[in-house]
Amino acid sequence: MRRVAIAGIGYTKIGELWERSLRDLFVEAALKAMDDAGVDKVEALYVGNMMSGSLQEQEHLGALLASHIGRPGIMATKVEAACASGGMSLHQAYLAVASGLYDMVIAGGVEKMTDKLTPDVTLSLAMADDREYVVYSGATFVGLNALIYRYYMHKFDVKQEDIASFAVYMHENACNTPYAQYRNPIKLEDILRSPFIADPIHLLECAPISDGAAALVITTLDRAKKLTDTPVEIIASSAATDYLSIHERDDILTLRATVVASKEAYGQAKLEPKDIDLLEVHDAFTILGVLALEDLGFAKKGEGYLLVREGEIARDGKIPVNTMGGLKARGHPVGATGIFQVIDATLQLRGEAGKNQISKAETALLQSTGGVGGTVVIHILKRRD
Amino acid sequence: MRPSREVGIIGYGVYIPMYRIKGEEISRIWKSSTIPVKEKSIVGPDEDSVTMAIEAAKNALKRAKIDPRDIGSIRIGTESKPYAVKPSATIIAEALGITPVSLAADLEFACKAGTEAFEASIALVGSNMVNYALAIGVDTAQGRPRDALEYTAGCGAAAYILAPKSYETIAYIEGSYSYVTDTPDFWRREGQFYPMHTGRFTGRPAYFKHIVEAAKGLMENLGLKISDFDYVVFHQPNIKFPMTAARILGFKVDQLKPGLLCGEIGNTYAASTLIGLAGILDIAKPSNRILAVSFGSGAGSDAFSIVVQDAIESKRDLAPKVLDYVKRRKYVDYALYAVYRNKIRT
Repeated sequence: MRRVAIAGIGYTKIGELWERSLRDLFVEAALKAMDDAGVDKVEALYVGNMMSGSLQEQEHLGALLASHIGRPGIMATKVEAACASGGMSLHQAYLAVASGLYDMVIAGGVEKMTDKLTPDVTLSLAMADDREYVVYSGATFVGLNALIYRYYMHKFDVKQEDIASFAVYMHENACNTPYAQYRNPIKLEDILRSPFIADPIHLLECAPISDGAAALVITTLDRAKKLTDTPVEIIASSAATDYLSIHERDDILTLRATVVASKEAYGQAKLEPKDIDLLEVHDAFTILGVLALEDLGFAKKGEGYLLVREGEIARDGKIPVNTMGGLKARGHPVGATGIFQVIDATLQLRGEAGKNQISKAETALLQSTGGVGGTVVIHILKRRD
Repeated sequence: MRPSREVGIIGYGVYIPMYRIKGEEISRIWKSSTIPVKEKSIVGPDEDSVTMAIEAAKNALKRAKIDPRDIGSIRIGTESKPYAVKPSATIIAEALGITPVSLAADLEFACKAGTEAFEASIALVGSNMVNYALAIGVDTAQGRPRDALEYTAGCGAAAYILAPKSYETIAYIEGSYSYVTDTPDFWRREGQFYPMHTGRFTGRPAYFKHIVEAAKGLMENLGLKISDFDYVVFHQPNIKFPMTAARILGFKVDQLKPGLLCGEIGNTYAASTLIGLAGILDIAKPSNRILAVSFGSGAGSDAFSIVVQDAIESKRDLAPKVLDYVKRRKYVDYALYAVYRNKIRT
């Protein structure tokens, strides 16, 4: 296995980008990543995307987008793993380079969600769970997370504000993120006053519907060192799955795929949670942020909310989480989200995070989650000077 | 745009049906967390777009003090015609005694149809083809039960009689500017009963873009600034949108308020901007300059600069004013509203 690194990053703004198409967004991100790396040739393209089939009625994104970035002929494919599509796209790119098959590839992601009305998007997102057993019963994604949220509060006797305030930190971080969807601070009272989407989940605890694209140029560490002064090595890349639906699981308060994939990643990197300087977690809903802190080993089960309550997830806290705003405020263009997490972390590791730069940023762990943890992809990144 | 001869309003009139349903009554049924307007107007069982248009036009004729037979054109803008095929304009013309020697046509451009009728009438008078032209904006707007639009979709009509500028002119048209693009923010396809809309997409890329561009284009063409206007009226699908448009352009709330009626009568669609304009004419003083900008989904905006003349003082009391209709109200509950607005299909 060869050592693999990120040589270039490119991304669009995230938001309701009504005048941009899926391909416009991806082309912008991919070309920027190639510019950033200083390369004009890649051998393969992986595109993380979940819903182009239902939202744009467009599949075959590999060939489509390879053509539109001016590289027809290369190996190109869409990678789909629901909301973990971005993370899985990077996992595939990592394997391709590590194995020696390709030397220079793009791992990207794109989602164009505002082409359809909210009910259509909700139904498309629900494709991430079991259509026959779950979705036909009327459950939506937010509804499933509401079950987890309610049970968590009940089982561990936790107040909602200690979970909901996760979103306060996300907005605070996104205020300084130029590409974030929401750059406004919010207060805990605003969250608790916002309407319920599925009791107990308030509107301001949910990641938004977003458009956006992000791309990474992935190559060997040796090549990356020649291309850039700030290569970021991927020191672990792992993925795991769990029973797709929560009704099949023994414990709905643990995302087992996170536990399994992170254990594997810590093993690959020969690190422990205490060695991690910053986290990027999949906070599609505030409760998922709290569960991630526990399942990744930063808190005991039932105590993740304490890190939120004590402010330890802030940029100056014990373990800074989602320093550029996370899914909640930076935005959640589903198939691109896992790549945006890498962008956020890479900016920190390169020392390019602007006002949000944290003092010690050498090692970052990223959790890309599909569905309610049906798939989880973990990456650990390390700065290499 | 400016016609080759100057054109002014010699009569204006509105009609707002007396029935109201409160936002909180709709929310009682559908449990919405936000109520965009206090209440909205709805037609009674014997009313429709044609009857409301006739009432508004009668009021306009009272102020214009002309013989209806002298009207050479009637243009009605609406998206709620009682007949899909059969002109509403002819029914109105017949009822008012305008027939038979007259142009008559119905226009459709979502909520902009009213100012399209206004613009077409300016053109016909301004080109000397007719001496008097009647422009009407009217709608009995339908909102799908439970949809956000159900809170605002109201009913009302406004009528304007345009004529060459003279001492009888209430206000003259200094110029106009139209801005249109193909922007699918709201539509109703053939055979559908309720319209579709695209949520927040109806805001920035639709309403605000077109209103702001039309207003700016008009001011640039006429060499006017925000500070040259005493009053402003925008299309009002809710309270928030026109308030935000005013803020974007730099108007004060006081300049907008006399014509901002959505909170009391709802969004009267093709009549909305024209009823708002009438509300301003009801209180304006000679030489006041008004900016009126409509918006129609699909999408486009017509902007007008209108300067009030001396004749306003002697004419405005000749017919009921907007606030007379706003104050005349009778509340109905959701059940009666469902019957009056044909929400129970029998």
